[in-house]
Amino acid sequence: MNARLLPLVATLVIFLVAYAICYAQYPVMLSTRVIGNLLTDNAFLGIVAVGMTFVIISGGIDLSVGSVIAFSGVFIAVMLRDTALHPMAVFAMLLVLTTLFGAAMGATIHLLEMPPFIVTLAGMFLARGMAYVLSIDAVPITHDFYDQMQSMYWLMPGKGRLTLIGGLMLVVFIVGIGLAHRTRFGMNVYAVGGGANTAALMGVPLGRTTTAIYAFSGLLAGIAGIVFSIYTSAGYSLATVGVELDAIAAVVIGGTLLTGGSGFVAGTLIGVLIMGLIQTYIIFDGTLSSWWTKILIGMLLFAFIVLQKGLVWTTGKKRAAGG
Amino acid sequence: MPQSDASQPLLRARGVRKIFPGTIALDGVDFSLEAGEVHALLGENGAGKSTLIKCLTGAYRRDGGDILLEGEIINPKGTIDAQAYGIGTVYQEVNLLPNLTIAENLSLGHQPTRFGMISVRDMNRRAREVLANYDLSVDVTRNLGSCSVAVQQVIAIARAVTLSGKVLILDEPTASLDSHEVGMLFDVIRSLKQRGLGIVFISHFLDQIFEISDRLTVLRNGRLVGTETTSDIDRLRLVNLMLGRELEEEIRPHGKDHTATGEPRFSFTGFGRKGSIAPFDLAIHSGEVVGVAGLLGSGRTETAEVLFGVSHHDSGVASRGEGTDLHLKSPRDAIAAGFGFCPEDRKTDGVIADLTVRENIALALQARIGWMRRIPDREQRAMANDYIRKLDIRTPDAEKPVGLLSGGNQQKVMLARWLATNPSFLILDEPTRGIDVGAHAEIIRLIEDLCAQGMSLLVISSELDELVAYSHRVIVVRDRHHVAELVGNEITTDNMVSAIAAPEKETVI
Repeated sequence: MNARLLPLVATLVIFLVAYAICYAQYPVMLSTRVIGNLLTDNAFLGIVAVGMTFVIISGGIDLSVGSVIAFSGVFIAVMLRDTALHPMAVFAMLLVLTTLFGAAMGATIHLLEMPPFIVTLAGMFLARGMAYVLSIDAVPITHDFYDQMQSMYWLMPGKGRLTLIGGLMLVVFIVGIGLAHRTRFGMNVYAVGGGANTAALMGVPLGRTTTAIYAFSGLLAGIAGIVFSIYTSAGYSLATVGVELDAIAAVVIGGTLLTGGSGFVAGTLIGVLIMGLIQTYIIFDGTLSSWWTKILIGMLLFAFIVLQKGLVWTTGKKRAAGG
Repeated sequence: MPQSDASQPLLRARGVRKIFPGTIALDGVDFSLEAGEVHALLGENGAGKSTLIKCLTGAYRRDGGDILLEGEIINPKGTIDAQAYGIGTVYQEVNLLPNLTIAENLSLGHQPTRFGMISVRDMNRRAREVLANYDLSVDVTRNLGSCSVAVQQVIAIARAVTLSGKVLILDEPTASLDSHEVGMLFDVIRSLKQRGLGIVFISHFLDQIFEISDRLTVLRNGRLVGTETTSDIDRLRLVNLMLGRELEEEIRPHGKDHTATGEPRFSFTGFGRKGSIAPFDLAIHSGEVVGVAGLLGSGRTETAEVLFGVSHHDSGVASRGEGTDLHLKSPRDAIAAGFGFCPEDRKTDGVIADLTVRENIALALQARIGWMRRIPDREQRAMANDYIRKLDIRTPDAEKPVGLLSGGNQQKVMLARWLATNPSFLILDEPTRGIDVGAHAEIIRLIEDLCAQGMSLLVISSELDELVAYSHRVIVVRDRHHVAELVGNEITTDNMVSAIAAPEKETVI
């Protein structure tokens, strides 16, 4: 088996085993209702995690996405409250804004040769600050169009509901998988993650690729912001604090190397579902503190980091022996 | 100047100049490459080989001269641009991406697409077709990183040839290959030559040069020494061209009478490390300069690194004069034993460019006495000023970052750092590389002074006349073995060149 598939397989196995444990205790968990909720509840996280996967495969990190989601919610809520614009028009404006925001961070990272960590940390404060400027208080969203979107769903067999936002997340994942593996942009992302200098020598346009990666992450953070506003019917500048870290965790649990160059968008979906599953289990149990989610995710993350290190180590040794 | 004759060289450099601050890296170099020939480019470190290659491929902007491809002047703006002209380059460290598959590496930037999506099947089929030309049957969906270095090298060549197709530049392609793999690579080079490509081959392995090249060009200190047909030249003459000495008897100018007597200060028996330097015996007496001569990659730097514990020796013992054993497992141990080491590459291994002259000088002494007992600022300043005066380091004051000084002065700062620890045995690897002539003479004088004060030195240099000037003994290194030891009157450039060039392992003197 190809060694680079191993983290993906490990993730899948963990997911299946975890699900089997849950099913053994609570057979209800195998219903499409639970699955439908799993998708709906984690839709915004899944969408930003797709963008984060691209960023991490390229060897970078994007800390701004949580703040961008909060900003998006507040922006939508304030615009709908204060103007007569249709939500779709507001969404379009927002997505242009967040995409440009991401592109600006990407261009800064490339042109100033700054570590992505610092640049996106600045972006994180900036976006959160802009959200506060728009409104300090939570702004409720009341719009007919929102009610329509919230009530849209596809009834799965077994009475589970695949909601609009759950479905949107799946679409984003499918587009992300295609983008990663079947386009020149996707190949360039892997190439940059494998070694930026080498990639440049091989003709990869570094500046354009880096800018596009963070622009894409910004776009998806904007979409996640829309999804989150549909999910909560409000915009609040204190919302989604630390979501960027959840997204990073989902990406790593999904088998993407933090050092860049290797990973799968599909793995990130499983990573998100594992995190959602842990939460669902704790809700089902009822007696466990919700902090157990964090503890379990922490342990999983640690296990994956060790697995990755082991993998890099063994393939490195094999190569040395082969060469 | 119009080029009218029909026998136009494929690629030609005419009077190419490149100036870096402080040094002339290339001084009017001519070079020509015919279609269907393998042309070797030789020279010691700093001779200008890589600079010439970088000027040819546009990675550097040349400061003068022309580059002509098939008679037309070209000005490539970078590697990618050069590729479009038909000039492909493969570097020593494989410049491909280990995390992508073989097929992805071959097609990166040129993937076959259908409706904007990459057609993976087409991509893999094309890769298989390309590699079939190289007698390479590998699974193209494998990760490149899982292939051996030789296979990676062939794939890098395949990519370069596919994308360029006229000129192929190979920069030390065999440095990390074993002999079987070198054979495989040479088969590929020969078949490409038959297809009419012009190939520039850079290597410091003379055997390989003689085996594969049709003509060779030697550079030294940024100047063209000569271009010769390989079959018309022998090893001795080639080494002479590279090291810049005509065969002539040169007598050591002074200090001839010194003979190492009595107990050695340090002795090393059977010291070595598998894969980098074969076990050797070495005795160092006090007040003695031992020179190390050899070509680049012969094991001279490895000798120094094993002695200083930079790379761990896996055989042999070291002992201090009276016979007490020394444990040299790390540079820390070596420093504790009174060793000092100025490595070859100042920029990466030596001085810390952002720290000031004072801080750089205090570094080794501070490390020796431990971080808990900080040397007071006043003492540091006094020490720095003392060495600035003694070694004539040209700096406005001790608080200037070392990176802003010239190469020769950086070298002196590094020397000062070790002198501050008062070592009894100092190892200098190419102390005069890349510094101007005046500083050169000062460093040599300094070596002689230190030796007169009773310090033992081991000096590695590719400047043979320099070794003649100050060495009491010279060890000649070839193919990772210590092959000869010259003492007293035997130390002549002539003898050193013979020992370096001798193809067989035999005693030269």
